[in-house]
Amino acid sequence: MFAVRIHGRGGQGAVTAAELLSVAAFDEGRHAQAFPTFGSERTGAPVVSFCRIDDRPIRLREPIADPDALLVQDPTLLHQVNLFAGLRDDGFLVVNTSKPLEELGLGDLEERLTAEHVVAVPATEIARHHLGRPLPNAALLGAFSALTGEVSLRSVTHAIRGRFAGQVGEGNAAAAEAAYAFVLDSLRTGPRRSVDA
Amino acid sequence: MLSQLEGSQAVARAVTLCRPQVIAAYPISPQTHIVEALSDHVRTGALTGCEYMMVESEFGAMSACIGASAAGARTYTATSSQGLLFMAEALFNASGLGLPIVMTVANRAIGAPINIWNDHSDAMSMRDSGWIQLYAESNQEAVDLHLQAFRLAEQLSVPVMVCMDGFVLTHAFERVDLPTQDQVDAFLPPMRPQQLLDPDDPATIGAMVGPEAFAEVRYLMHAKQMAALDAIPVIAGEFADTFHRHSGGLVRPYRVEDAETVVVALGSVLGTLEEVVDGLRAEGVRAGVLGIGCFRPWPVDEVRDALRGAKRVVVLEKAFAVGAGGIVGQNVRMALTGLPCEVYDVVAGLGGRPITRASLRRLLDEVLDARIDPHRLHFLDLDTAVVERELERSRGGGRIGPHAQNVLRDLGVVAAGSHGGGLEE
Repeated sequence: MFAVRIHGRGGQGAVTAAELLSVAAFDEGRHAQAFPTFGSERTGAPVVSFCRIDDRPIRLREPIADPDALLVQDPTLLHQVNLFAGLRDDGFLVVNTSKPLEELGLGDLEERLTAEHVVAVPATEIARHHLGRPLPNAALLGAFSALTGEVSLRSVTHAIRGRFAGQVGEGNAAAAEAAYAFVLDSLRTGPRRSVDA
Repeated sequence: MLSQLEGSQAVARAVTLCRPQVIAAYPISPQTHIVEALSDHVRTGALTGCEYMMVESEFGAMSACIGASAAGARTYTATSSQGLLFMAEALFNASGLGLPIVMTVANRAIGAPINIWNDHSDAMSMRDSGWIQLYAESNQEAVDLHLQAFRLAEQLSVPVMVCMDGFVLTHAFERVDLPTQDQVDAFLPPMRPQQLLDPDDPATIGAMVGPEAFAEVRYLMHAKQMAALDAIPVIAGEFADTFHRHSGGLVRPYRVEDAETVVVALGSVLGTLEEVVDGLRAEGVRAGVLGIGCFRPWPVDEVRDALRGAKRVVVLEKAFAVGAGGIVGQNVRMALTGLPCEVYDVVAGLGGRPITRASLRRLLDEVLDARIDPHRLHFLDLDTAVVERELERSRGGGRIGPHAQNVLRDLGVVAAGSHGGGLEE
């Protein structure tokens, strides 16, 4: 079982991201279950969504308190929500930010976690460039794929194109691909300050 | 075909495959995605030969369903929570008239205090409305139960409610095997109504019945429900033969043979309970789960048989009879009359509070150690400190203000939001 928790704000697509991740895992023949923190999807309000991935049918339906991976769509949540609750030392962390994590006050956390399991991705900038809108979820899924290998980039972009037709689908898929490349590069060379658009 | 999709979309597709001829519905969370999808299926032609009626209320929805069903149409609706309550009068008419309407109830709490999240208060409040009540454990079962519900409803001429946990199932994406149209057509032939408003062969549906025959007509309702206890396993068996998977039926035992401690529950919490029981079994504790697939009619013999060997039965339910105790619990006690076993009534998951493995494990440890009084109603994860403070304020008399506001202030909650498993500071 691989458990993913996504923190965002209403309107950023945290729920959609969990759903797309479940579709990507399903496309690879795996079992997946995605669900939101039910009903609190007001624009701007903190939203949490979840996705479990497993090779066996998933029976468990409790919220994910101890995720294997955490995706943070909005760094302004850092001071509002206990984002990192239950994240183990060997857990994966993807944060949407164009700043180094240390500048966000996450130096201690970065220290605690395995270096190659943590990445800061300027997902909003990537989305602006490829989609024309600041919606970071597709880019974060691309980053997640690169960081964890839990689903392939191909499955992620396939799920994105299945959900969004035409330009929106293509733009989001391109954002996922760009973030995927960014993370591979950043794992190879260490953290980068910003994306070369 | 295997698909990864939202529970509501899966149910809407299943209903479409059942070829309903009239759908009358009013949107309410968390049912909304189901009826939105169905109206879309009618608009796009994915569902043909169906009149979709956007009515003005749930009372209107059920009233339109009654008319349509009496005119011989295969009829469907869906609702939740206060919407089900608003239908109440018409619900009793539908069942009293014996009309084979199928309705999804996306289970949600009932206010006040207003709460849009999941529990079973809505369906349980209508347990004696004369509708058959089936409860889905997963989205696959929700899909499958709709096919079986139309079969059952039309075979017995009785309305059937398919209950699925709001948000927990309706808004969850998971793998679902959707049948093909040919498979569904073979399993569910066109409706042949047992009574019909037909101008060429006039009949009165809904005649006034006085003391001379009222009891007899009501008895026939009861007889029909008792007949459903025989029909439901047969239909579930045929379903398994056709679709090669088990769904529906009266009860679902999990590791209950030789179990000394059995948890009885309904709906989506069963999977989490199975995980907890597996953990206990691995430690040598003889525990099991009994899922109730059909709550009305109450499968008294099957429940008694499944629990016959148990020493401790924990009934975990997402609703309760205020001022009395457990609802499912009372039915379980009735089924176990004369057997030497303790029954524990536990209320859990009210208003969308997550039911976690950790909480269930703590509960079962307390039951195994006899640290819980079986003669008192127990509330899982109840914040007793908050309750005690508010009770203390009440004892003082005077204008203490509304409990809801006081408790929220006490907890430091600014605005109502779903319980994120302790994630929000």
